Amino acid sequence: MSEKIDRDVVKKVAKLSRLELSDAEVEEFTGQLRAILEYVEKMNELDTADVEPLAHCLAISNVLRADEVTESLGTDKTLSNAPDEDGEFFKVPKILDGNSGA
Amino acid sequence: MSEIEYKLIVGLEIHVHLATKSKMFCGCALEYGARGNSRVCPVCLGLPGSLPVMNKQALEYAVLAGLALNCEIAGFTKWDRKNYYYPDLPKNYQISQYDLPFSSHGFIEIPAGTGQTKKVGIIRAHLEEDAGKNLHGSGNYSQVDLNRAGTPLLEIVTEPEMSSAAEVRSLAVELQRMVRYLGISAGDMQKGHMRFEPNVNLIITKDGVEYRTPIAEIKNLNSFRALERSVEYEQRRQLDEFLESGVVMEMGNKSTRGWDDGREITVLQREKEEAHDYRYFPEPDLVPVKLGEAWLSDIKSRLCELPLKRQMRYINEYGLSDYDAGVLTAERSTADFFENAVKAGGQPKRLCNLLAQTGLKIANERQCGVAELGVRPQGLARLVKMVESGEISASASATIFEQMVETGKSGDVLAEELNLIQKSDAGELESIVEQILGDNPQAVEDVTSGGKKSKKARGFLLGQVMQRTKGQANPKVVSEILNKKLG
Amino acid sequence: MGIPVREDREGCCFMPNELLDMGCVELREQIASGAVKSVKAAEAVFDSIAKIEPVVGAYISTFEEQAMTQAKQIDAKLAAGEKVGMLAGVPIAIKDNMCTTFGATTCASKILESFHAPYNATVVERLLAAGAVIIGKTNMDEFAMGSSTENSGLKKTVNPWDTERVPGGSSGGSAAAVAARLCFAALGSDTGGSIRQPAGFCGVVGLKPTYGRVSRLGLVAYGSSLDQIGPLTRNVADCALMMNVIAGHDPADSTSADEANAPVCDYLAKFDEPVEGLRIGVVPEFSAGAEQEVANTIGEAIEVYKKLGVEIVDVNMPHLEYAIAAYYVIATAEASSNLARYDGVHYGHRSDKAGDYIEVYTKSRAEGFGQEVKRRIMLGTYALSSGYYDAYYLKALKVRNLIRGDFTKAFERCDCLMMPVSPTTAFKQGEKVADPLQMYLADVYTIGANLAGVPGISVPCGFDGDGLPIGLQILGPVFAEDKLLRIARMFEAQTDWHRRKPALIE
Repeated sequence: MSEKIDRDVVKKVAKLSRLELSDAEVEEFTGQLRAILEYVEKMNELDTADVEPLAHCLAISNVLRADEVTESLGTDKTLSNAPDEDGEFFKVPKILDGNSGA
Repeated sequence: MSEIEYKLIVGLEIHVHLATKSKMFCGCALEYGARGNSRVCPVCLGLPGSLPVMNKQALEYAVLAGLALNCEIAGFTKWDRKNYYYPDLPKNYQISQYDLPFSSHGFIEIPAGTGQTKKVGIIRAHLEEDAGKNLHGSGNYSQVDLNRAGTPLLEIVTEPEMSSAAEVRSLAVELQRMVRYLGISAGDMQKGHMRFEPNVNLIITKDGVEYRTPIAEIKNLNSFRALERSVEYEQRRQLDEFLESGVVMEMGNKSTRGWDDGREITVLQREKEEAHDYRYFPEPDLVPVKLGEAWLSDIKSRLCELPLKRQMRYINEYGLSDYDAGVLTAERSTADFFENAVKAGGQPKRLCNLLAQTGLKIANERQCGVAELGVRPQGLARLVKMVESGEISASASATIFEQMVETGKSGDVLAEELNLIQKSDAGELESIVEQILGDNPQAVEDVTSGGKKSKKARGFLLGQVMQRTKGQANPKVVSEILNKKLG
Repeated sequence: MGIPVREDREGCCFMPNELLDMGCVELREQIASGAVKSVKAAEAVFDSIAKIEPVVGAYISTFEEQAMTQAKQIDAKLAAGEKVGMLAGVPIAIKDNMCTTFGATTCASKILESFHAPYNATVVERLLAAGAVIIGKTNMDEFAMGSSTENSGLKKTVNPWDTERVPGGSSGGSAAAVAARLCFAALGSDTGGSIRQPAGFCGVVGLKPTYGRVSRLGLVAYGSSLDQIGPLTRNVADCALMMNVIAGHDPADSTSADEANAPVCDYLAKFDEPVEGLRIGVVPEFSAGAEQEVANTIGEAIEVYKKLGVEIVDVNMPHLEYAIAAYYVIATAEASSNLARYDGVHYGHRSDKAGDYIEVYTKSRAEGFGQEVKRRIMLGTYALSSGYYDAYYLKALKVRNLIRGDFTKAFERCDCLMMPVSPTTAFKQGEKVADPLQMYLADVYTIGANLAGVPGISVPCGFDGDGLPIGLQILGPVFAEDKLLRIARMFEAQTDWHRRKPALIE
């Protein structure tokens, strides 16, 4: 499966990850990712057909909180690390596709 | 000439803002219209190191909805991350539910024609957090407001079982009524508490062959009217498109269209929906939810009689018309008020008339519910009893009701003060009738002669009695006396 | 020999270097009794920093003014007879991936270089409540991704024992600061070995608690189901003291272990008490992969235990060899999602070359992230992407279950496992940067514990021919940190590796 890693795949993954890569980087990453994934495929030596996936180490459930209001940061603090803002909102270059990313 | 038949297929995706005090995963207040970015904390801002904690009330509201929608409630449910980038999504992933939603396989019953209902299947309902808002002003930039980010959102997906725009609207209205009855959402479309996205396509039969048009998902609908119109528009547009180009449904050619309310058309937003790769995986920062019997029973005990059932019951039990039953059950507080008045002895039909014609009119003017008018159900029941016993006329009861709201005084007191107590004492009225008869021999003649003028003369005499008694005579009793005397 | 007395009898009859040689437990006692002023301890640290930090480079930021104020406050409280916390006046360093309202929280990344958190991580709140004096934020591999601190986007940290070599990673700054006496103890984080391995490389004690033992609130997430915060100290007692401060349930962290199921204990209470009938598990074929000197030293360490009358049990853990593969899928998958938020929109670096909002993402991230971070994000994104989820991510979660099973079975037959913390001692700067996979493979001994969620501690147990420290790793069952500390102490009481100091600071 790792043989499927070529420059096009890397470019697609970079796009999904919102990373702009130079051609040199694409080249470098292609080789490295291929090697790493080849190693990772070692897991296929194990038969896991009857094994449950373990997503959470701790077997806890039902961690909830009461529906109570707590203090917010306030507009100023919320915007305090913003690269571009107008005192009330975060600013980004105009979003033209007019729909949610979803 | 080809033989064309077609069937409309619509499924709805609905997002409901749950009416909790705080957000889904943090304690920020839910407040519409607050100053931009003033209801934000490290969690809903997605700051480094922040962690979500589930709002118990949101979960319980969601389960209430699942139960009302006749769904199977999962004993084990979990959270997943839905990964995509957008400026109104600060973490660039949304915490949602993917493969194990808390409820599935249910149905909603909707009104379908007078006194009829139809069941539409519910595929699933799950919980997630809402994104913030992007604002697009006039400049070359957009603004981001995260006040809404993290609002608890209930997503409901119906089966594609609706076959007309009217049906779609009916389901939407019914669902709004339901969430309001359950008290889990204010359900105001204009405020964005509920969003409806219909998925529309047609099955066209042309010359005996069946074709399916590509599915269009419609967004940006802010009213039931827009919802209905957009489905109607899509129906026409897809038929036209098929007849012109023959395009049919294929893998991946579902499109997204936005509703333009001004021009009343849908506009293509995204072709060949580039299937977003959301890379769902279990949310590592949240643990699963196990809904045991005890907890589920506790939530079940908070279910109320659902609005459509209640409406049907009013038709069957109280003999109200479909329309009237609909008016009374439009809001739970009205229906509760009505039933309490019935329990206090008021006759249902009269109560319905008073509430529907007078009560709701005043309530709408004051922008409140009938229960907030300051009149108790018992008070209204008393008023209706006074009409039943003839103490006051039906029209007087409307006037008195208005004054009860205005002054806070009881019906009895007001009936006295306004001189609306009907004189129903036959003895008292008989002497007045005698006088009137004596004063109007010609009219008496007209009545007893039985000719063309008889009915009019009868009415004239009745009117004279009413005048003499300053409108306080019980017209029914007067009529009876007149009939007795005149035949 | 009498205790040398300084001329200014300002409440301190210890020379600065004697002060600096004290452990936290001792220092705290001396301060509480008034024998040492907190201010003197802080001064000693900052004097040390002035001399040695230019060489070691452990800190990204230091807070001298604030620290002196904190120290003065502790001294004032004590003078007024008020109660003070269990770390009162002790100078502590914090890895720069834990949010603090003071200074920046950079994660050693250009993308967060000027990020100022509006809240303190829970562990930081606990340190402050305990009266700790915070010296500064330490250097690390960018976003905790690395095993040498060479991936820091901001500066270089060297190993105090040999400045040509790496301090280990990703908590290299914390480990170096403790070893070089630039603080009395430090907090680090461990996702695949990032506390234990640098502790081993720098000759200090480092503990990764059970997953969920310590709150993750305010710890900048890398691999959320693997991350834990833990102490780096010069001896076992200090480690126990630090655990007393930071361990415990946090309702704001949904993955934090609750009191009912995992009650916290006083880790100092019995730490000096040997464990009766101790059974030590070893995994021979596994440990045999280490370099000869390391393997020998570990063997010698285990001999020390043998002399105390313990039982050594050979344990089979057949799935451990797949741990690296599983880790580099799970950790990178979670990281690819955790780091999506660094997009130049709401905080952090924004590229000034961005044309549209998409370029705000792609260029800001390209400029702000280092290569290792980009590599892991891409790896994780790929592992989760449509069509590959089952083959990589789901598969890795299943392998994880098998690995946890190995540990559970092992702990039925022994009280702890012992093995090297790393196959080598500290390598030279630049030696492993060319081949990322080779760097990953060096995590072989530490990674299993993160996947299984079990606690592990590294204690100094010797030096190689080049004078570089070697760490003995001890792993235990979940929530058995108290026992682990006692087992570690058993060894420490018999040896004096932990008292050695790098030549640099003599």
